[in-house]
Amino acid sequence: MAKDAINKEGLTVSENGVERSNGIDKSGKRLEVLKTYKIYIGGQFPRTESGRYYIPVNAAGKKLANVCLSSRKDFRDAVIAARGAAGGWGGRAAFNRSQILYRMAEMLEGRKAQFIDELMQQDATKAKAEKEVNLAIDRLIYYAGWCDKFQQLFSAVNPVASSHFNFSVPEPTGVVSVIAPQQDSLLGLVSVIAPVIAGGNTCVVLASETKPLCAVTFAEVLNSSDLPGGVVNILTGKISELASWFVDHMDVNATIYCEKDSTIQKMMREKSALNLKRVFFYDKVNWYASEGESPYFIMDTQEIKTTWHPVENIAGAGGGY
Amino acid sequence: MPATKQKKAVRKSNIVKLKFDTSWAYDPAPESKSAATIKERYDLFIDGKWQPSSNKKYFATINPATEGKLSEVAEATEADVDKAVKAARHAYESVWKKMPAKERGKYIFRIARMIQEKARELAIIESLDGGKPIRESRDFDVPTAANHFFYYAGWADKLEYAFPNRTAEPLGVAGQIIPWNFPLLMAAWKIAPAIATGNTVVLKPAETTPLTALKLAEIIEESDLPPGVVNIITGAGATGAAIVNHPDINKIAFTGSTDVGKIIQRAIAGTDKKATLELGGKAANIIFEDAPLDQAVEGVIIGIYFNQGHVCCAGSRLYVQESVAKQVIRKLKDRIESLIVGDPMDKNTDIGAINSKQQLETIHKYLKIGKQEGAEMYQSSCLLPGKGFWCRPTLFTNVAQSNRIAQEEIFGPVLSVLTFRTDDEVIEKANNSPYGLSAGVWTDKGSKIFNMTKRMRAGVVWANTFNKFDPTSPFGGYKESGFGREGGLHGLLPYLALKA
Repeated sequence: MAKDAINKEGLTVSENGVERSNGIDKSGKRLEVLKTYKIYIGGQFPRTESGRYYIPVNAAGKKLANVCLSSRKDFRDAVIAARGAAGGWGGRAAFNRSQILYRMAEMLEGRKAQFIDELMQQDATKAKAEKEVNLAIDRLIYYAGWCDKFQQLFSAVNPVASSHFNFSVPEPTGVVSVIAPQQDSLLGLVSVIAPVIAGGNTCVVLASETKPLCAVTFAEVLNSSDLPGGVVNILTGKISELASWFVDHMDVNATIYCEKDSTIQKMMREKSALNLKRVFFYDKVNWYASEGESPYFIMDTQEIKTTWHPVENIAGAGGGY
Repeated sequence: MPATKQKKAVRKSNIVKLKFDTSWAYDPAPESKSAATIKERYDLFIDGKWQPSSNKKYFATINPATEGKLSEVAEATEADVDKAVKAARHAYESVWKKMPAKERGKYIFRIARMIQEKARELAIIESLDGGKPIRESRDFDVPTAANHFFYYAGWADKLEYAFPNRTAEPLGVAGQIIPWNFPLLMAAWKIAPAIATGNTVVLKPAETTPLTALKLAEIIEESDLPPGVVNIITGAGATGAAIVNHPDINKIAFTGSTDVGKIIQRAIAGTDKKATLELGGKAANIIFEDAPLDQAVEGVIIGIYFNQGHVCCAGSRLYVQESVAKQVIRKLKDRIESLIVGDPMDKNTDIGAINSKQQLETIHKYLKIGKQEGAEMYQSSCLLPGKGFWCRPTLFTNVAQSNRIAQEEIFGPVLSVLTFRTDDEVIEKANNSPYGLSAGVWTDKGSKIFNMTKRMRAGVVWANTFNKFDPTSPFGGYKESGFGREGGLHGLLPYLALKA
């Protein structure tokens, strides 16, 4: 299986051990241009400020790339970008957010082959890779549709006993830090990002540590989807290094963690007390099943706001007839 | 009335001032204590029975207006908490979970009705034990508590309509810890939605105000609610900690300070316990120049002096547009002067006793800080009773955004007045707080109301009104004011697990 995943152009192992295509095979084909995998902060593609990298390896022992080993500083920069984008994104018309999520799906559809290729490099079979990409596209469409509907489902006009008009509506909680699912590196990533931004939040996401390629390429999709810079920021790196900063930061409103590590879960709930972040563990979700999508995921990162206003009460008895 | 001091002040200055020291003072109109029965001693209400605590210790609860002892209540130990949780678990598994929802609802309706029947008694005890004016206990706390049970009773058999495409299931045993500012009402906010959704509860009232919760336990006993569904145990912080740390509790619901809320959040890390936290606040109340100023001033007064300012959603930061600041401050000072401070049992009293000596010390600490920070303090000239805990209605002017009296929750009758020029400026200032429980906006312009209410980062926003509550209306905070909602349809969710 793994063999299939390797680029058909022919990969060889370079001196430093990183998988390289020598580009020119014996028949004299052109030299392939390799992609440098970057991170995505505020709509830009920098390498990590730390200058560090790590080399994830697939099951066949092939090295995937020199991936950015993001630092705490990268995370903080990303939070600044996310906070900067929060007002504009949350204040945007829900219909417009809907269109942008749809556009993301369109862009992903257009680059399907690249994602399938990357998933296969990361050990997926062709069939499984195709299925994952298709589901990821459909999931974006699903949440694109929710953008301007979930509010109607979860709002209420409250029949208070006094002479007031009173209603409750969901509002985005703000900046959400997300540690994405490690296994389903594309579908999982899309499944956690989409409900967060559909609800008008912005986010900083840590991609799958061992399978980071699709996440970076997905950032390129976002960048060409009219999604304002800073709404989604994607880092690559190690959970063990970054998890505590994700839940420590005083300007983050909520944290989502998708793995089962109980030590990290405990640490997250403890640290969340610093500024009372809302913490969610999506550690039992099958992202391939229908349980992997629902408006209740959107509601996790929403706050309910209740507004009161007096109703004038001077026209006396009787209806308006 | 505050005769001599007031006259001197008027003579000294040329400012035209309303004159309050006339012969038109109110006569005392005290509520009778005879309509209420307070026992000399209360045990713990566990498994439908009154039981002494395992260490046989009792502590006194006093009337903060007289410092006289009202009764003494048992101090629940860890063993007692365990006993209560076991009773709650047994009631959950053997009775409450299995009971048809319609029957469950009828018990809760019955409790609501009995609260109404005993409303006068409850109001009297509430004012005696907590120091709040009888007018507020009688017209707000007690009726709203009854209405809360009535509202959630009706939800018991309708949960399948509340969450589309999901099946709602109870969580199990809820541990609930409530504060001293609205003792009976907070008990209602906690118990009603929890048992309506099929959970059982262990509730601990605050140590300074246990009596109405114990009265509610008597009502629950009288209602024939199956034993163990509601357990009410008294004690201080250690009892609360034992509830939070008990391994067989599925849900913690806490109303109180942000500091304790954070301790709870840390304590339950690594467990499967769910939490609802209703914590502190430092609400901005914003007056624009086009607001009807007299109404706005009245709203500011209700916003900060209601219940002696012991209100987490109190409008403790007033932002006045500069063009009307002088006028508004003048009106506020006049209005403060007319507030009647004194005996909580007097039906004319506006501001009763501070809940405890400890809280009075906290308030005094902040008055000192405010002055040290350079703010100008103004207090009503009213006379205060000799015994008990009292604080004159106070406002600070010349307050800076960074001052502690503009940032920290004081939880007393102390208003910080700040000014602003533009909409953007006041939004920035109002949201510049770790809290986000409530906010208020006063303006005559509809589009401005919606702009402001949308941009305030707070869970409850009052426009041209303040400090209104209703069982149907969700209440709860953004940011460090906590999470989860109480009241309304949204108040069901914290007590349910949604299954696909």
